[in-house]
Amino acid sequence: MEPALTVNKITKSYENGTRALRGLSFKVENGDFYALLGPNGAGKSTLIGIITSLVNKTRGEVKVFGYDTDLHPAESKSRLGLVPQEVNFSIFETPMQILINQAGYYGIPRSLANAKSEEYLHTLGLWEQRNTIGRNLSGGMKRRLLIARALVHHPQLLILDEPTAGVDIEIRRSMWSFLREINAAGTTIILTTHYLEEAEHLCRNIGIIDHGKLIHNTSMKSLLMKLGNETFILDLDQPLTALPSIDHYPLRQIDSTTLEVDVDRKRGLNPLFAALLAHSINVTSLRNKANRLEELFIKIVSENSDGMGSNP
Amino acid sequence: MSPMGLWIGFTTLLCKEIRRFTRIWLQTLLPPVITTTLYFLIFGNLIGPRIGEMEGYRYMDFIVPGLIIMAVITNSYANVSSSFFSARFQRFVEEMMVSPMPPWVMLIGYTCGGLARGMVVGVVVTVVSLFFSQLQIHNLGVVLSVVVLTSILFSLAGFSNGLFARNFDDISIIPIFVLTPLTYLGGVFYSIRLLPEFWQTLSLANPILYMINAFRYGFLGISDISLPLSYAMIVGFILILFGVNLALLNRGYRMRS
Repeated sequence: MEPALTVNKITKSYENGTRALRGLSFKVENGDFYALLGPNGAGKSTLIGIITSLVNKTRGEVKVFGYDTDLHPAESKSRLGLVPQEVNFSIFETPMQILINQAGYYGIPRSLANAKSEEYLHTLGLWEQRNTIGRNLSGGMKRRLLIARALVHHPQLLILDEPTAGVDIEIRRSMWSFLREINAAGTTIILTTHYLEEAEHLCRNIGIIDHGKLIHNTSMKSLLMKLGNETFILDLDQPLTALPSIDHYPLRQIDSTTLEVDVDRKRGLNPLFAALLAHSINVTSLRNKANRLEELFIKIVSENSDGMGSNP
Repeated sequence: MSPMGLWIGFTTLLCKEIRRFTRIWLQTLLPPVITTTLYFLIFGNLIGPRIGEMEGYRYMDFIVPGLIIMAVITNSYANVSSSFFSARFQRFVEEMMVSPMPPWVMLIGYTCGGLARGMVVGVVVTVVSLFFSQLQIHNLGVVLSVVVLTSILFSLAGFSNGLFARNFDDISIIPIFVLTPLTYLGGVFYSIRLLPEFWQTLSLANPILYMINAFRYGFLGISDISLPLSYAMIVGFILILFGVNLALLNRGYRMRS
C-alpha cells in the first residue's frame, strides 16, 4: 500500500535568499499519527504549505497516497485535510455556511454536505453556534471549527498545524480524544505542535526539523529511549530532618516535604524507593519535573544548532 | 474532479458570492439606486430640458442607457475586486486553494458573482429609470448580450484588481482614478460627435465608449461606433483578461509564496 505521504528531496528557497527547506525527505505510513516538530523558523509551516499547495516548492516531489501533487492535484488534494495555524475562514459567515461551502469546493452534493456539516458540528460541540457568525465565536470554537472544516470531506490524511495553540486545557484534552478517535478509525494524522506533551501523548512516530533539514525521523518510543536521565519531583509524607545521601541518585531538597532527584533510566526507580524507605522516608507521590520529550527535543535541537554553527 | 463535482464547486462559490452582496445590500444594492436617481433628477429633469435633444432623442432618453451600463460596470467591478481581495486578505481564499477545485472554476465563480450583482443592479436601475423616461427597446438581443458581456468584462477586470492589490487602498484607486473618468468620458452624457475631431479620435481609445454605444444602440438604435467593432472590443478584452487572470491564478500569484 502507498504511504499516506511521501516527501522527496523538497527544497524551498525564498526570493530573499532564505533557504527554508534543504532537500528534505520522509514518509508517513497510512494510519500513522505522526508528529512533525521543530523550533520556530525550522521550516514546518513551509513544508505543510508545500504539501497542501499553499506554497510553491523550488525542487522535489510530494505524493499523497501515491498521487503526485503537481501531476494529479485534484486526486491528492481530495485526500488531504488541513487545519491551519491561523484562523482563515470568513468572519462574516456562520459555521454551518463555512462547512457547507468547504464541502461544495470538494464537489460534495448539498444534501450530503448538510448531513456532514451537522455531524461535525455536533461532534465538535459547535451545534449551538451553527448560526453564529465566525467573528462572534470564541478562540476555542474557532479552532474546533477549523478542525470540522478540514474533516467535512472525510480526508484520508489530516494535517494539523498547531491546532491547540491558545486553547484551554479542557478543550485541548477533548481535541486529543477526538483526534485519537479519528486516527483509530483510519485517518492518518500529521501534527505540528509546540506542546511536546501533546505530541508525546498522541503520536506514534516523530520527525524533527531544524534549519530546513529532517534531523530525526523515528518512532516516539525509540526517541524517548535516548533520554538517559529523567528528573523527578518527590512529595514526602513527613518534613525532612536531614537530606540522605544515596549512591547514584543525587537528591536535592526543594522544601521540607519535597525532593528533586535525577534518575538514570537504566537504574530505574525501585532502588531509590528502597533506599528512601531504609532512611524512613515515605514518598506519597512523584511526577516528572519536565516533559520527557521536551527535554530530549531541546537537547537534540541545541546539538544540531552547535553542529550547524561549526559547519555553516 | 468529475463534471458534477466541478459544477457543485462553481455553484457553491456563486451562491456564496450572491449571499455576500445581498447580505450587505445597504452597501451594494442601495447606493447605485440613489446615485442613478440623482443623475436622472439633476441631468435629466433639471438640466436636460435646457439641453434639448441629443441625436434626435430627449436628453433624458439619451442618457438612460449610459447610466444603466455605468451602474453595471462599477458594481460588477467592485463586487469581484472587493470580494476576492477580502478572501486574500482574510486568507479564506485558502479554503479553495487546498481543495481540488481548479483555478478556472474559481475564476468563473467570482466572475459570475460579479455578473449576478451587475445584473441585479442593472434591473433595479432600469426599473428606476422608468419613473423618469419612456424606455424603448430597439433590439433586445443587443441590450442583453452587451450588458452581460460588459458585466463579465468588468468582473474579470475587478478580479485582476483583487489579485494585484496589496491593501484596501489599491482596491479603490482604480475605480476612482481610472474607471470613473473613463466612464464619464465614454459618452454616457454626450455623443462624441459633439467633440472636436482630436478629442473624438482620442475617445476611440476609451474601451468603455464601445460598450456604452453598443448598449445605447440596443435601446435607441443609434451609436457613434459600429456594432461589430464594439462586440469585437468587448469579447477581445474578455479573452485577454480571462487568460491573464487564469495564468496568474495557476501560478498562485500573490497567493502562494
